[in-house]
Amino acid sequence: MSEIRFTDQHEWVRLDGDVATIGITDYAQEQLGDVVYVELPDVGKSVAAGDEAAVVESVKAASEVYSPVSGEVVAVNADLEGAPGGVNEDAMGKGWFVKVRLADKSEFAKLMDEDAYKSFVEGLA
Amino acid sequence: MSGMNKQGRSTTPGEAGTASIETYTGNRGLRLEEPLLFELDNPGACGVDLDEPDAFAPRLGALERKTRIGLPGVSEPDVMRHYVRLSRKNYSIDAGLYPLGSCTMKHNPRLNEKMARLPGFGDVHPLQPQKTVQGALELMDTLAHWLKELTGMPAVALSPKAGAHGELCGMMAIRAALVARGEADKRTRILVPESAHGTNPATAALLQYKVDAIPATAEGRVDLAAFKAKLGPDVAAIMLTNPNTCGLFERDIIEIADAVHAAGAYFYCDGANFNAIVGRVRPGDLGIDAMHINLHKTFSTPHGGGGPGAGPVVLSAALAPFAPLPYVVHGKDGFRLVETDGEAKADGARPFGRMVAFHGQMGMFVRALAYMMSHGSDGLRQVAEDAVLNANYILASLKDDLSAPFEGPCMHEALFDDRFLKGTGVETLDFAKAMIDEGYHPMTMYFPLVVHGALLIEPTETESKRTLDQFIGTLKHLAAAAKGNDKSLFTGAPHFAPRRRLDETLAARSPVLRWQKETPREAAE
Repeated sequence: MSEIRFTDQHEWVRLDGDVATIGITDYAQEQLGDVVYVELPDVGKSVAAGDEAAVVESVKAASEVYSPVSGEVVAVNADLEGAPGGVNEDAMGKGWFVKVRLADKSEFAKLMDEDAYKSFVEGLA
Repeated sequence: MSGMNKQGRSTTPGEAGTASIETYTGNRGLRLEEPLLFELDNPGACGVDLDEPDAFAPRLGALERKTRIGLPGVSEPDVMRHYVRLSRKNYSIDAGLYPLGSCTMKHNPRLNEKMARLPGFGDVHPLQPQKTVQGALELMDTLAHWLKELTGMPAVALSPKAGAHGELCGMMAIRAALVARGEADKRTRILVPESAHGTNPATAALLQYKVDAIPATAEGRVDLAAFKAKLGPDVAAIMLTNPNTCGLFERDIIEIADAVHAAGAYFYCDGANFNAIVGRVRPGDLGIDAMHINLHKTFSTPHGGGGPGAGPVVLSAALAPFAPLPYVVHGKDGFRLVETDGEAKADGARPFGRMVAFHGQMGMFVRALAYMMSHGSDGLRQVAEDAVLNANYILASLKDDLSAPFEGPCMHEALFDDRFLKGTGVETLDFAKAMIDEGYHPMTMYFPLVVHGALLIEPTETESKRTLDQFIGTLKHLAAAAKGNDKSLFTGAPHFAPRRRLDETLAARSPVLRWQKETPREAAE
């Protein structure tokens, strides 16, 4: 059973055991438009919550993707390097960016749940 | 009646609506198709008649080139037509209003060009003995004087070759000052407001600083409380653009400067928008430590094709000793360039190095000084006033047709967002492309990032009321069409350009960066 949380920077985090999968939300991919380039970190890199974990570039803008949690990068979605459009096609699934082994589970709990994120996005419109 | 058309030649306009006609050449009347220069290759054709060299012994060892260099064979008329045809596809400030926000696309006066072509300025070489270029050195010294005078700053580095290069120069002077204070290792953070120019965080990052963004307030200015909360002993500098990219003056600038200095940091100001305040505000009075000036913006030298940029940096007393080499000094023996650390040390200076091999863009120095001298102090003040007046005329004329995110009045540029397009199915991009069909270069779009679907318009002081009225009328017409659900003007625009809407996604995902021959010719040789 996995749990999902969100940030106000439009990242999502799905927790399976102690591994967090991180991506950008559907709202974010829609705002960005066609994604043309994704830069991913090296596996083994340690990140602190709020650190830059990846870079996503669309026809409109380049943005950093921040890691909402601290830990060690254990996997990256190398498919995105050859096919960055995967972010647009399935932002919340196959378009994930990195997997991080959590150092501190309480960081995850502090993030927004699905309902909170939904009303956060509605507030932006 | 003898001069009249008697040969059956129709003098009435032809039938409209012929846009779908396909021509044999692909040309559409005077809109000419043009292949790449490499596609014009006619092997053996050449613009010059060179003698075959006599036998000679190469001195390059085994390094001499053995294969053809791959340049196309083209005759002089081929080359002439190629570039003239390309130039006809171009839109330039000499052809019409160029409202690109934050770029200050003002007229480049012909007087500047005439001065820059004087042999004593145009035909000099940087390695000439200095006694043979005293006039050119005096011109640099005079330009430096007036830049310092206009900014109220004690020193200037003329050599940086663009705005961002000037930023780099100013930030390197700041770092040199921090090194001299022994604080370079602990001051690693640069504060950059969200409304700053995009090159500011890039400059800070290039120098290995950590960039920390300061949020903007609802009225488009620096959030003073958030800024003060971010100050600390690890802050090296703030990089502020004033007026900012929302076209607004940062009213709290003196308080910002005082707080920065109290925290032991330096104040870099992006002077790209200096054209809005030249002759009215002296940055030195605002507590600024370093600021670049885009000669190709404020001082009317050409952007791009007409000549390179130039981004001199003015420096406060705290940073002046670290100004890069070379610089001009004058003494009893005339003018000379200080070019070495040794010479500079004799003056008590500690230059951080140099930005470029020589002294900078001589041609731009001449044009900028010609602009200053032909305007005079009253004229420069009026430049700023007219630039601001024109932008406010646009803002006031269009605020009810488009939507303005911030209360006016603005400075030199008028910012709109895309709320007026909400629900129309037309986006900022479509709107901008439709402007091409109306014969305008679009404004800056989607920047600054702090507003949604931004349209940033900078008319400069160049434009007359008549030009502005036509432009305003065009935008009102397009806005009304979008709101009236007439998407035909927008979908697929531009219709009347050499190329239609390009596939930006494909171009970015699979860029073709190098021309390749369709059939290799080497095999036949």
